[in-house]
Amino acid sequence: MKQYVISVKVENRFGVLARVAGLFSARGYNIDSLAVSATEQEDVSVMTIVVRGDDRVIEQVKKQLNKLIDVIKVSDHTCVPTVERELVLVKVTAPPVKRPEIYQLGEIFRADIADISNKTITLGVKGDPDHINNFIELLKPYGIKELMRTGRVSLLKE
Amino acid sequence: MKGADIIVESLKKEKVEYMFGYPGGVVIPIFHALHNAPFKFILTRHEQGAVHAADGYARASGRVGVVIATSGPGATNCVTGIATAHLDSVPLVVFTGQVKREQIGNDAFQEVDSTGITRPITKHNYLVQDIADLSRIIKEAFYIASTGRPGPVLIDVPVDISNGEHRFSYPDTVNIRSYKPVYEGHQGQIRKACHLIETAKRPVIYAGGGVVISNASQELREFVKKTGIPVTTTLLGLGVYPETDPLALEMLGMHGTYYANHAVNESDVLIAVGARFDDRVTGKIAEFIPNAKVIHIDIDPASVSKTVKVDVPIVGDCKYVLAEMNKQIKAPEISAWIEEISVMKRDHPLTYEKNNGTSIKPQYVVEEIYRQTNGEAIICTEVGQNQMWAAQFYKYTEPRTFISSGGLGTMGYGFPAAIGAQLARPDRRVIDIAGDGSIQMNIQELIVAVQHRLPVLIAILNNGFLGMVRQWQQLFWEKRYSHTCIDFAPDFVKLAEAYGAAGFRIEKNEEVAPALRQALDITDRPIILDFRVSREENVYPMVPAGQSFKEIIMRELLA
Ligand SMILES: Cc1ncc(C[n+]2csc(CCOP(=O)(O)OP(=O)(O)O)c2C)c(N)n1
Repeated sequence: MKQYVISVKVENRFGVLARVAGLFSARGYNIDSLAVSATEQEDVSVMTIVVRGDDRVIEQVKKQLNKLIDVIKVSDHTCVPTVERELVLVKVTAPPVKRPEIYQLGEIFRADIADISNKTITLGVKGDPDHINNFIELLKPYGIKELMRTGRVSLLKE
Repeated sequence: MKGADIIVESLKKEKVEYMFGYPGGVVIPIFHALHNAPFKFILTRHEQGAVHAADGYARASGRVGVVIATSGPGATNCVTGIATAHLDSVPLVVFTGQVKREQIGNDAFQEVDSTGITRPITKHNYLVQDIADLSRIIKEAFYIASTGRPGPVLIDVPVDISNGEHRFSYPDTVNIRSYKPVYEGHQGQIRKACHLIETAKRPVIYAGGGVVISNASQELREFVKKTGIPVTTTLLGLGVYPETDPLALEMLGMHGTYYANHAVNESDVLIAVGARFDDRVTGKIAEFIPNAKVIHIDIDPASVSKTVKVDVPIVGDCKYVLAEMNKQIKAPEISAWIEEISVMKRDHPLTYEKNNGTSIKPQYVVEEIYRQTNGEAIICTEVGQNQMWAAQFYKYTEPRTFISSGGLGTMGYGFPAAIGAQLARPDRRVIDIAGDGSIQMNIQELIVAVQHRLPVLIAILNNGFLGMVRQWQQLFWEKRYSHTCIDFAPDFVKLAEAYGAAGFRIEKNEEVAPALRQALDITDRPIILDFRVSREENVYPMVPAGQSFKEIIMRELLA
């Protein structure tokens, strides 16, 4: 199944998230990631939804999203030029001998060291999804204890 | 002014004529205010009945149906009614009571998440959180319910909002930046559609409930007059084009006429107007309309290209778009096609095996109702075989005269809907064509019809079965009639009498016509006619679910 990125501008009101999410869940679609964000307008939020599906169903979901009274605009970011950012926090096992390597890796990825304990280091990295995927891959051999991604935000390129 | 009074004042501004509902703890303040309201309140005996009655009122009148129910069980009892209205695009505004704001989320007494439960079955819903928003929300609710593709809107009102105080002012206009329905179709698309139609050899119009909703029946008739193209309608579209006209193909789909299904399937241009290619219409999608280009006129962009690929989509109101097309369209040359269709109509008429003894054929009852009312009644139906026979054997000539739960197929819809329709149209006879199963689902509303002296006629086609399910069991499930026999039944005549209605049992064919005549003479109370019809009669033609028109079953296959 193909991955889609859909950006939905909505009224900043309670209940809107449930309405939007409901359209996906009612079709048995699992949302890969969802970021709800403030925008330049105080009363408007934007939801960036990453979801897998097929063209026909996603087309229908987009139309249904447009029908929601609280939805202002739906744009499909799947096949158009965009800038995307995501943040990840990774807690890796880090015995003293491995620490220099991990620091080095972090530097290459412009990670910040968010926390250090006796046995672990927690790093934060921001970037586009590929950047983050690569970072995670390279950390895997050390043993990832915990990981959390924010879900991407996506803006159309000018 | 109190919140409860703001609600009543707002309803007055909306020129509400009837409100349907049922009281309870958290809506007592609103009922207190309703006591002095100038519009009429219809106290049903179940909240589901209230929603269906409001829905029947809305479908018969074209106005918004208004309902009120209490929190918790009152709200959940509304759910089936709301879903029924949602699937058939019926404008409703439903008020539900809610517990105090500070108690919401505490599992308070009679608390349910009404906006959560109804989110997927409403066009929109509101939980009022600030009394300052109340009148604006009501204004918006009526606007949203009745514009664009109509639908039900629910307003959940916490009791402390009803009891709160605020100055009343009703907004003159609605401004929802994210909701701007499109009415005029795109001119370029309209031109394209006209060109396509003008060169068609085998065009068919497929008209649905959208034509009823947008009051476009006149425009459709003019379009047919200009083009000479034959018309088939969906279940919910019955009446938009007179079925007595030679160009009428009547209903299509699973139980549609042979000629409607055949014509659609053989068409080269299919003009869908306010219809949505429901699976009961298309059957197997892969084999549906193999050679046709499709023009689709619909106000809801989400209905276009949902299941069937559309060549010329026109998003807009049927009335506007048809009127626009009528200005420019020229008739195509289709005399051979019309000839082919008339032969088909002659060779494969809608029919049934006429009875050979005294037993009553259900189809005959429907035909007799048609004859005796001169086709001028408003027919409501329940769901099942009764619904299909009502659609097939009564000839509809006007919109808003056939009222039935199409999308959801809700048993128990017809009778309360008939009450609403009778209130909307006191000048017309309203008849609920019912099954013995369905009628028992909202029979409690009989007392409402008696109380308001509504002469709704309930014609029960009593076959002692959940007939439509039995038919499927017979044809596709080894004739195993598992739990579909309901001949262990109440005495419907006594039941009518117990409620103060009239009741007659009709057991012989020759009694049908006189009994109907007698019933139609009664005008001050509801009447139950318990027609004991032949028990294992089936609805034909039938295109089995999920199959193509080629698998159509025309009549009983004798073993
Ligand atoms: C509320 C509800 N429950 C179940 C069904 C499934 N169903 C469809 S038709 C039917 C049988 C209806 O029986 P009856 O009202 O006697 O009508 P008949 O088909 O015999 O005319 C049933 C159970 C339904 N449509 N609605």
